[in-house]
Amino acid sequence: MYRSHVLVCGGTGCTSSGSQQIMETLKAEIEKCGLSDEVCVVQTGCHGLCALGPIMIIYPDATFYALVKNEDIPEIVSEHLLKGRVVTRLLYEETVTPAGIKSLEDTDFYKKQHRIALRNCGIINPEIIEEYIGTGGYQALGKVLTEMTPDEVIQTLLDSGLRGRGGAGFPTGLKWKLAKANDADQKYVCCNADEGDPGAFMDRSVLEGDPHAVLEAMAIAGYAIGASQGYIYVRAEYPIAVQRLKIAIEQAREMELLGDDIFGTGFSFDIDLRLGAGAFVCGEETALMTSIEGKRGEPRPRPPFPAQKGLFGKPSILNNVETLANIPQIILNGPEWFASMGTEKSKGTKVFALGGKIHNTGLVEVPMGTTLREIVEEIGGGIPGGKKFKAAQTGGPSGGCIPAEHFDIPIDYDNLIAIGSMMGSGGLIVLDEDDCMVDIAKFFLEFTVEESCGKCTPCRIGTKRMLEILTKITKGQATMEDLDKLEELCYYVKNNSLCGLGQTAPNPVLSTLRYFRDEYEAHIKDKHCPAGVCKALLSYVIDRDKCRGCTLCAKTCPAGAIIGSVRNPHLIDTDKCIKCGACMEKCRFGAIYKK
Amino acid sequence: MKSLEELKAIRERMQSQVNMRDGGHTATRVVVGMATCGIASGARPVLTALSSLVQEKGLVGKVTVTQTGCIGLCQYEPIVEVMEPGKEKITYIKMTPEKAAEVVERHLIGGHPVENYTLNAADIK
Repeated sequence: MYRSHVLVCGGTGCTSSGSQQIMETLKAEIEKCGLSDEVCVVQTGCHGLCALGPIMIIYPDATFYALVKNEDIPEIVSEHLLKGRVVTRLLYEETVTPAGIKSLEDTDFYKKQHRIALRNCGIINPEIIEEYIGTGGYQALGKVLTEMTPDEVIQTLLDSGLRGRGGAGFPTGLKWKLAKANDADQKYVCCNADEGDPGAFMDRSVLEGDPHAVLEAMAIAGYAIGASQGYIYVRAEYPIAVQRLKIAIEQAREMELLGDDIFGTGFSFDIDLRLGAGAFVCGEETALMTSIEGKRGEPRPRPPFPAQKGLFGKPSILNNVETLANIPQIILNGPEWFASMGTEKSKGTKVFALGGKIHNTGLVEVPMGTTLREIVEEIGGGIPGGKKFKAAQTGGPSGGCIPAEHFDIPIDYDNLIAIGSMMGSGGLIVLDEDDCMVDIAKFFLEFTVEESCGKCTPCRIGTKRMLEILTKITKGQATMEDLDKLEELCYYVKNNSLCGLGQTAPNPVLSTLRYFRDEYEAHIKDKHCPAGVCKALLSYVIDRDKCRGCTLCAKTCPAGAIIGSVRNPHLIDTDKCIKCGACMEKCRFGAIYKK
Repeated sequence: MKSLEELKAIRERMQSQVNMRDGGHTATRVVVGMATCGIASGARPVLTALSSLVQEKGLVGKVTVTQTGCIGLCQYEPIVEVMEPGKEKITYIKMTPEKAAEVVERHLIGGHPVENYTLNAADIK
């Protein structure tokens, strides 16, 4: 038995900032101090505070070390683990108060969070099935198989009000009910782990931190709809998630929690992995199933819906990773428990991936109905550099922006739709006054143009034409007629595209037009980018009165565009200037500005 | 796995381990002095004994066992302090793994401090 557990995050974020090396050093130091029998090192999934990685938590006290470096390890081991003295200088700043060390759960980042889908992430070692079982894992499957009928399982989900977390928000129980109603010799349960929205990484975190929760939920789904085979469609760009899923499936098969005659009930279920090759459209349900079948990943018209004719022409369901991660908890705690959280039509919690101009970049799970202000200002720690909040972009390339005027809106599926955005998978990118909304819309459209599969004309050609107009606007070459044409095209593409990709592709343009039309007009009429982002519309100028002639800018300029002699004011040659802004960053006198 | 009992057995075996990671919000804190003086007089086996017993007896979640630095009474090390909410702190001195086992049994489980090992019982001048 170990007296202390040292948890090191092995999620993608912390791994890329060196947590694997830290774990090695840690084990070596613990060995050196003769503590191997007393202290164990546990590799976990993501804790959510990716901005502060690599992260290390030492139990039983839950001491939270942030931004740990390899060279800090000997001190942590000899001071904390050997002598019991906390190394205060390495603690997460916010936990250090004059009154002593604050518990992690009382920090602003964690205080308002409620973790259901992420409950085991950062707590258990995802590569050890026993740890998952220790937190109540596979109990829900046991309960379902021995105490409940398939209809009762589906009713429980319906009562809980759980809706799909992948973006569209379709009631999960209803999806299962439709698939169960169709008789067939074979049915399939699919898991959508093809997380493709730029900025969203909650599914990856669940797969990396708690893969068994997904496997357990899929087996429950199999029992409910009458399927014996499941597929997880996961992107190949998630190597750690793929690896942990493989280990998890292997362990579950060894323990006979997957396979034939689970718990001796006669129910059989197995799961296989299918790796996606990186096409965004494969996150769309019909394209995903086509891809699993081994064909080119393209969507097909619905109906027939997957519940009737899905994978290999058989009734199938497709659920998102985060949706599945909620299900064992709903079975164990009851639908009332789940339905007690959230808003009237959106129950439970939602995981958001915070990114952009925000202090605490990372993953947060909050009850539905939490306001944007709470998420950005309290949990996210606000915007760095005292800048002003301009908008939040939710739902990635399918979503839209929430402007400052809706800062206090309770976030749920229906409220977001009402203001022209959408929940999407939960990416939440914070924009401040330095971000140009036209440029943001262009960024997402570039993404959809790139990712359009080309099967239907509105999406293939429509998005391309939209991007061309947006490019003209950002270059100051557009007319007001172009703007009208852009808006018209948006509605055309939205109404006529075959699948969700095209139907939602205009959203970033439409919602920025709705709230920030003045910015579009400034680009067109005044040939001016208010945020100073669009390069074609701005020029860098040196203030002659402030310039001391230190020559630093001239030396920095990669294009040789700055002329001037020592101790005399310099000048930027606008023909040569490539508008990289390097001179402005380097100037120590604040003499260079954007116009 | 062919029965729920098997699952339950694994769960019970793993529970105490995983429960340790429940946030450190437990009611009773058991603190072992682990400065140079404590370590030199044998605090380490006391700490491991306490920690193991707490886990074996299923007290994880109710009792946290941790270390601290020098308490200042070096001649009485190894020192173990038991802090229960709303009660006066009990300080045990000159502890051994055997005495620790007794403290777990009688104090942490039974609720009655083992008087003759405490600082109060020692004749301090």
